Amino acid sequence: MLSRVAEALFWVGRYVERAEDTARLLDVHFHQVVEDPATDEGDTCRVLAAVMGVDADVPQDIRETLEVLGYQSDNPSSIVGALLAARQNARGVRESLSADIWECLNTTHHELPLRIEAARAFGPAPFFSYVRHRAAMLAGHADATMSRDHGFDFLVLGRSVERVDMTARLLAATVSTPSPEDGWIATLRACSAHEAYLRTYQRGVEPQLVLEFLLLDRLFPRSVFHALVVGEQALTRLDPTAGRVGAGNDARRAMSRTRTDLEFLPAESVFEDLPTRLHELQTVMSEVSDAVSRRFFGGSATIGWSLEESVR
Amino acid sequence: MGSLFDGYHSVAYDEMFAGNGAPHQHTKALFDALQLLSSADLDERVGVLDRSLRDQGITFSHAGQEWIFPLDLIPRLIPSAEWERIEAGVIQRVRALEAFLADVYGPQTVLADGIVPYSLVSSSTNFNRAAAGLEPANGVRVHIAGIDLVRDGEGVLRVLEDNLRVPSGISYVVENRRTMARVFPGLFLEQQVQPVAGHIALLLGALRGAAPAGVDDPTVVLLTPGVYNSAYFEHAFLARKMGIELVEGRDLFCRDNVLYMRTTRGERRVHVLYRRVDDDYLDPVHFRSDSVLGCAGVLNAARAGNVTIANAVGNGVADDKLTYTYLPALIEYYLGEQPLLPNVTTYRLDEPDVLRECLGRLDELVLKPVDGSGGYGLLIGPQASDEELAATRAEVLANPRGWIAQEVVMLSTSPSLDGDRLAPRHVDLRPFAINDGGHVRVVPGGLTRVALRAGSLVVNSSQGGGSKDTWVLTSRPARANEADLPAPLPAPAVRASAPDLGPQSDQPQQQQQGGRPC
Repeated sequence: MLSRVAEALFWVGRYVERAEDTARLLDVHFHQVVEDPATDEGDTCRVLAAVMGVDADVPQDIRETLEVLGYQSDNPSSIVGALLAARQNARGVRESLSADIWECLNTTHHELPLRIEAARAFGPAPFFSYVRHRAAMLAGHADATMSRDHGFDFLVLGRSVERVDMTARLLAATVSTPSPEDGWIATLRACSAHEAYLRTYQRGVEPQLVLEFLLLDRLFPRSVFHALVVGEQALTRLDPTAGRVGAGNDARRAMSRTRTDLEFLPAESVFEDLPTRLHELQTVMSEVSDAVSRRFFGGSATIGWSLEESVR
Repeated sequence: MGSLFDGYHSVAYDEMFAGNGAPHQHTKALFDALQLLSSADLDERVGVLDRSLRDQGITFSHAGQEWIFPLDLIPRLIPSAEWERIEAGVIQRVRALEAFLADVYGPQTVLADGIVPYSLVSSSTNFNRAAAGLEPANGVRVHIAGIDLVRDGEGVLRVLEDNLRVPSGISYVVENRRTMARVFPGLFLEQQVQPVAGHIALLLGALRGAAPAGVDDPTVVLLTPGVYNSAYFEHAFLARKMGIELVEGRDLFCRDNVLYMRTTRGERRVHVLYRRVDDDYLDPVHFRSDSVLGCAGVLNAARAGNVTIANAVGNGVADDKLTYTYLPALIEYYLGEQPLLPNVTTYRLDEPDVLRECLGRLDELVLKPVDGSGGYGLLIGPQASDEELAATRAEVLANPRGWIAQEVVMLSTSPSLDGDRLAPRHVDLRPFAINDGGHVRVVPGGLTRVALRAGSLVVNSSQGGGSKDTWVLTSRPARANEADLPAPLPAPAVRASAPDLGPQSDQPQQQQQGGRPC
């Protein structure tokens, strides 16, 4: 398939996952502030800004945080920004997408202004659940209407890369708050993992087990390990030149190494060097993303050129 | 534009306004916030709220149908000082009731000492001889209790009844808060409200702690009568939130006094049975032999110390409404304390003089069957017709032990939504206490039930009642005494870069468009 189309699909996968995960992150932290008076609003805002890589104009209260990380349309890391970017990528390759997928993204785009207005007036909860529903709908349409060709693999690869990155950020947000013990349930809920966790361990929330579950669990689809495995499988299908020896390409090498590290990490030592490990997960995913561009999308030259143009 | 409170006038003590028509000190912030709202704004939120309740399936079953358990949009507020009194009173009551149960099913000293008459216990339909001598693993019989409180015309909180068998409603406490925080987040940001969500974990802790001795990692299950039970939503909710298996009678069996459940991986032993099935239906070997809701042999398994039943079998003798009349004496007998929460004035009809006097002024009293719950069979004298009065009179005469009479309590009112205005509606309060053997803990607030029909004093959901989110206000954040704690470890600095950005794929086209002559 065309590199340009593949690249667009990869980024649709990444951006939609980013919008969904950011919505989950904001949802639990916003409601934590609302429901529990012991939560420090300022701390929460600073941590959220830090994990999402906002370093200039850090929001001071939770409403401002919602604006910056939720509704700001010119920030591709906000929920709205990511959804718009996903649609923008899809628009250029409409012919390669199923009509359902395109319509899902396009409808979302048109409904956003009303949803944001309602969220500002009556509270963001319905907005967050709307975003989650749209992401689930896109995943469902992709699952039901896309042939299992390379296009599908790129979409899944993008989603997996982003999921690893965002789950690492989510965990970083928890371990960075001054009293993380309150945050572990919130973290589980942010990954829709609270009930799955309870069913698995049948006991109260313990930090060690939560980390195990979200980093290492082999069956839960939002764990870092599971996302790495899914991404790795997509990469394996994508690279026809992979031979009998070696990894074939840099993306696969980095992905598989990280997966192996986690796979054989003793459960007791998940807490060792945790902040470093979480940061590494993000850097490796960034590397994987770059390597995928170099290998499949005709190198980073294209991006550099576009960025230059965008200055205008 | 008229205020939402136009025409608001309560005939009873009001939870929001003092006698002079101004809000209480602790409700002022809420009153000010509500003043700013228009009825259109309220309307919008009611729509969101109803959709949310419907979508989540927060329902109860009544007369064979599923009904939304209505949640009123306006919270009921309790100031922190008052809450501390309620909490202490509820804990005191639960401790006394635990002691009474341990005594009645054990040495029976309370009967020997003549504090309560022997006939009280022997005539109670809820005294189960099958439970005598059955000593629970960690001494707890009341793992969870719901104590119903009402506020009378003078503003005094009184205990109306105790629920020690299968108290329901804690799921609505948690879900009401969750829903309100999503529908009305702005209200919460202005005040400090004690959170409630963590208390499901306390219940799981109490159930795990009640496991038979020597079991490190007990299997806890919740036994439900099935989807047609009125509280099925709650059973499913609790099982989900505790991560335990929701089982029906047919999933369980006993062999050699050990309880098992049938799973795809074979038999799995059950150590703690949190049952939401009444005693009568729990074990066909000992109770109703035609019951298929329970599991044959489970009581013997409990007696053999292989499984803990929560709440314990036979608790009904302690929440019998005739036992209720002895509670002040029981608190003094077992704890040597004065009751912190008074009872409602109650008359024992098994005493002939009292019976005669009460029947004489039946139309001024509330008559209740002693073993009833859910507001079934209740007669409110002043609101009853002559036929109803006559029918109840006949029933009471036939079985005086089966009834108590109480003075009518003009329940306090709280502003509730009525069309596009707020109107006073009568409320009660059911705080939940959880006993893990070491501590009795009370969920801050509890379930406020509200009689949504104007003037009605019956708050039960089966009789057209709804609920309110109940806020216990804290004057200071819960972690204000942080200075006393050891200094926390320095938080690791967050290391994160901005997320990767994709290509600006439309740039070439824009450039192309830009270059087009027009």
